Amino acid sequence: MALKMVKGSIDRMFDKNLQDLVRGIRNHKEDEAKYISQCIDEIKQELKQDNIAVKANAVCKLTYLQMLGYDISWAAFNIIEVMSASKFTFKRIGYLAASQCFHEGTDVIMLTTNQIRKDLSSPSQYDTGVALTGLSCFVTPDLARDLANDIMTLMSHTKPYIRKKAVLIMYKVFLKYPESLRPAFPRLKEKLEDPDPGVQSAAVNVICELARRNPKNYLSLAPLFFKLMTSSTNNWVLIKIIKLFGALTPLEPRLGKKLIEPLTNLIHSTSAMSLLYECVNTVIAVLISLSSGMPNHSASIQLCVQKLRILIEDSDQNLKYLGLLAMSKILRTHPKSVQAHKDLVLQCLDDKDESIRLRALDLLYGMVSKKNLVEIVKKLMSHVDKAEGTTYRDELLTKIIDICSQCNYQHITNFQWYISVLVELTRLEGTRHGHLIAAQMLDVAIRVKAIRKFAVSQMSALLDRAHLVASSTQRNGICEVLYAAAWICGEFSEHLQEPQQTLEAMLRPKVTTLPGHIQAVYVQNVVKLYAAILQQREQAAEPEAAQDVTQLMVERLPQFVQSADLEVQERASCVLQLVKHIQKLQAKDVPVAEEVSALFAGELNPVAPKAQKKVPVPEGLDLDAWINEPPSDSESEDEKPKAIFHEEEQRHVKQRQPEADEEELARRREARKQEQANNPFYIKSSPSPQKRYQDLPGVEHIPVVQIDLSVPLKVPGMPVSDQYVKLEEERRHRQRLEKDRKKKKKKDKEKKGKPRRHGSLHTESDEDIAPAQQVDIVTEEMPENALPSDEDDKDPNDPYRALDIDLDRPLADSEKLPIQKHRNADTCKSPEKEDVPVTEKKIKKLKKKEKKHKEKEREKKKGKEEEKVKPSKHKKKKHKKEKEERSKDKKKPKKKKPASDGAAEPVENGALDEDPLPPMSSYCLLAENAYVKMTYDIQGSLQKDSQVTVSVVLENQSSSFLKNMELSVLDSLNTKLARPEGSSVHDGVPVPFQLPPGVSNEAQFVFTVRSIVTAQKLKGTLSFIAKNDEGSTHEKLDFQLHFSCTSYLVTTPCYSDAFAKLLESGDLSMSSVKVDGISMSFQNLLAKICFHHHFSVVERVDSCASMYSRSIQGHHVCLLVKKGEKSVSVDGKCSDAALLGSLLEEMKATLAQC
Amino acid sequence: MQFMLLFSRQGKLRLQKWYVSLSEREKKKITREIVQTILARKPKMCSFLEWRDLKIVYKRYASLYFCCAIEDQENELITLEIIHRYVELLDKYFGSVCELDIIFNFEKAYFILDEFLLGGEVQETSKKNVLKAIEQADLLQEEAETPRSVLEEIGLT
Repeated sequence: MALKMVKGSIDRMFDKNLQDLVRGIRNHKEDEAKYISQCIDEIKQELKQDNIAVKANAVCKLTYLQMLGYDISWAAFNIIEVMSASKFTFKRIGYLAASQCFHEGTDVIMLTTNQIRKDLSSPSQYDTGVALTGLSCFVTPDLARDLANDIMTLMSHTKPYIRKKAVLIMYKVFLKYPESLRPAFPRLKEKLEDPDPGVQSAAVNVICELARRNPKNYLSLAPLFFKLMTSSTNNWVLIKIIKLFGALTPLEPRLGKKLIEPLTNLIHSTSAMSLLYECVNTVIAVLISLSSGMPNHSASIQLCVQKLRILIEDSDQNLKYLGLLAMSKILRTHPKSVQAHKDLVLQCLDDKDESIRLRALDLLYGMVSKKNLVEIVKKLMSHVDKAEGTTYRDELLTKIIDICSQCNYQHITNFQWYISVLVELTRLEGTRHGHLIAAQMLDVAIRVKAIRKFAVSQMSALLDRAHLVASSTQRNGICEVLYAAAWICGEFSEHLQEPQQTLEAMLRPKVTTLPGHIQAVYVQNVVKLYAAILQQREQAAEPEAAQDVTQLMVERLPQFVQSADLEVQERASCVLQLVKHIQKLQAKDVPVAEEVSALFAGELNPVAPKAQKKVPVPEGLDLDAWINEPPSDSESEDEKPKAIFHEEEQRHVKQRQPEADEEELARRREARKQEQANNPFYIKSSPSPQKRYQDLPGVEHIPVVQIDLSVPLKVPGMPVSDQYVKLEEERRHRQRLEKDRKKKKKKDKEKKGKPRRHGSLHTESDEDIAPAQQVDIVTEEMPENALPSDEDDKDPNDPYRALDIDLDRPLADSEKLPIQKHRNADTCKSPEKEDVPVTEKKIKKLKKKEKKHKEKEREKKKGKEEEKVKPSKHKKKKHKKEKEERSKDKKKPKKKKPASDGAAEPVENGALDEDPLPPMSSYCLLAENAYVKMTYDIQGSLQKDSQVTVSVVLENQSSSFLKNMELSVLDSLNTKLARPEGSSVHDGVPVPFQLPPGVSNEAQFVFTVRSIVTAQKLKGTLSFIAKNDEGSTHEKLDFQLHFSCTSYLVTTPCYSDAFAKLLESGDLSMSSVKVDGISMSFQNLLAKICFHHHFSVVERVDSCASMYSRSIQGHHVCLLVKKGEKSVSVDGKCSDAALLGSLLEEMKATLAQC
Repeated sequence: MQFMLLFSRQGKLRLQKWYVSLSEREKKKITREIVQTILARKPKMCSFLEWRDLKIVYKRYASLYFCCAIEDQENELITLEIIHRYVELLDKYFGSVCELDIIFNFEKAYFILDEFLLGGEVQETSKKNVLKAIEQADLLQEEAETPRSVLEEIGLT
């Protein structure tokens, strides 16, 4: 042994250590890869040795190589070896390597479980620490499940060094194993008040991170955090807490009101920019949630904006950037306060730093109004010209379009101006956003009917200059606008001044260099233009001219027929045949225009982007069902469909004989229309009811305001938006004058004695500017019975969703972290098929675990179904929903109670003649008056041996708004209400919600009980403020809480063998009752006992059943229930005679009702 | 925090710490992308940039860039403070730290980081406590090493 060691040490002297490796790599700059592969070979040799020091050295080198980008996953096993070294030096290296290169896909990771557990419980805090640090990097769901309990124990370690690490790592554990959250949460909460500031801050960190994702579950912690916030001086902690409040306030506006003051104080006093910034952000969040404009809030907004202005004006680019960022948040709700700083924002547009300019652009978006849009866009356009990088220029372009098109073009008063801006933007070369401009052109032309004439004229000019647009490089994105131009000119050809000219422009040979999809649109729209020209010529009785056009088409179309693009080719050859046919008809002097234009009759309406998705699936249609059975995988059948496909294709080719007859086409079109009219799922072109300008008359009747333009509408060459700016200004001026005149007249007409309030002091507000054209923005169409849902954007794969867990509900006994136990420690004698909560079965093998998971799933599903089938007596939706939510959250023993099948599972097969069980609810009436109805239920939990939770459902029965609800209870010696720390015995406990009219919600209160052997009654009062239109009144409702002995029982399943042992032990006292006159079936009777008295059936034989339950203080209660002809007798055995007596009395009362 | 990267002006990675589980390929891709973006930025530009759905906060100290990726809601300024803290810690530990210190003692740099941050959250805000923990752990390491060297000597002589 000694010799081996010596040998190892000698070997080591010749090994490279890390420093040598690094030096070597630096010295081999030319052939680095070769040198490293040589080193890796050496490392492989070193790893084969037994000496752990050599191995550790090798692993250390590997970690360095991993950083350089070399794959070291092959050494995963060696890393584990080094991790399990007993010496801290090596262990440290092992864990470091593991944390750098292990991930969820690393298969050997499951081998580490025991090693990590060992290190976690090591007497050396540094061993534990290093294990925790490593684990935080590579924790997997399996590791999290297996180690959760160990880490939870470490949260109460004596050394704060370990405690804080354990607390922090719990967050990672929760993410990987959400089931651990509820069992671990109470302890985590305790850590908020840990004496060590580091641990405390760690706990704040974790809870804040959790709460940020699912704030509603953490509302009850708000008072605690509020206290922390006002007492803590640690900025790191403060920032976290303030961030947390930012997440909570949207859910609880009252909290926001309370926060404003301390936050503004902090804003005033702190010198730390990070804290200031966080405060401002949270104040903004608060103000957003308190949308109601309270007077003092404008002061806070002003304060925020002021502080942000200081940030923006700072020379530090970082502060400038953040200031702008926060400003944009205020902008969303309080645009007015931000708009005052327009100068600053515009100034930032000239900043050297691109990120800052981009932020300023974001702000501009919200600053535009009808009044300043033109001016701002003008400024942006000048930036576009100056911009050096294409990315920034493209960003500017998208922003211009965003700004103009926002909210359905609400700020645009003159669409001529907008179209000319768009046309001006086409001068941009090399932009990626040609399609954006094109989309805008199309959108405006389609939806703003009044502008079509102008748009068409501009577009035809654009087509005329297509060579300019398309000339530059092939990858030029701007040619996309030609797509829009061609389509607009074709579709609205009736507005064209000189269609012939446009037609010729579209048939130029140069066009064939355009991308295929644009050519295809060209071909299609050439026909539309052609149809329009034919119509024109025939009406003017110029048959020769008409034939000339046809001739032109016949000459030029072949260039498209030769296109390599299939779409272009297909359309072109089809069109060519059509035109040739027309030519024949024209030669015979047959008028054709009518029929050709019929091809394009009817109007195209815009359809909302989500319309297709929103069409409701008709009843009886299962979209997932196979229409045809899927083909089997066998090879022999594989050939057949192929052959069929081939044949079919041939047939298609034959069919496609392109002698297209326009009459035939028209007929088909008619038929299609007919079919569409009868088809309920076709989106018809009837105007949608949600029209924006509903009060306006139909488009046809809109008197298009004549604009006396000094420039002809058809602008030769480049249109310049500036001229429209001037025009627009003049127009507005005229409008204003006119308005003033009208006003004067009106006022003169009105009572003359009235003092003039508005005077001549006229400031032009947004509303005063009337749009130049009567704009009819056609809203997009939606299917008539579209489903109104906004759930389109929810991501079902959000990892934080799993952590959306109710934490206020007391822990059920089944919710424990899995504890690894020794193989032999437990032999599960009881039959597996009995439905036992998860923890009862001990985890042994992975396979079993999986099985159990499935079981759990099944159980959950079952629970949900039950909930649906058996609505509780309270039909209030909210309550039900809550219940459902709960059942989704966790398996809960209660779930098994309400249903007959769950509780009496073993009997189910035998019992056939079941009469349905009436719906049951464990909630009973507490008190009721005109305002509110209270029902309650008491639940014990095995985890906290002398606590019960009272769930009170408060239902607002009035038309008033109920708030400031507070529950006060007169404690007895035996039973006490658990109040928040610091409050006295006489204080009430606030109910954590408010109740709008007709709404109900559930609040939970925890009581501690000393003795549970007799029933208890507590008097209490609910006080609240009822607020309605007339004012608010202070109201009270007295009640009496009845703690029956039953409420101290917790449903606990028991195996028959354990049950028998319990009865044999002989230290149980006995008692019995008998009730006569019972008509209910035995099955239902048992279900009722299970449900109302928290028992579970152990065994049932005919009309005899044994049942079991357990009290929160651990008393066993065993029952033998026997049903006679018309009577039921219950024999009970319990470890406490007094308890048994009370329980049987209560049971007698229940049975008497049956 | 999602991850932290340290790299040189030449774009050579000096340290990487990932607080989210990703495959090697993904990590490499992200690293390359971020290093390129940051190196392309001009010195007077602000320290934040938006990247995918994350925010990147970076700062240059001498020839090294320190770069952190944080989530949308996190505080950029406090992240800068974290970076600065870490640099101060390195400085204290190595005594006016330079790039070479981190290259040759990269494992120490990791150990310091691990004492300062855990799972992407600040673990210890007191510089003194972090250094104390590191020193004690180092001491433990030396203690473990000393007896072995004695043994070696015996073995050799």
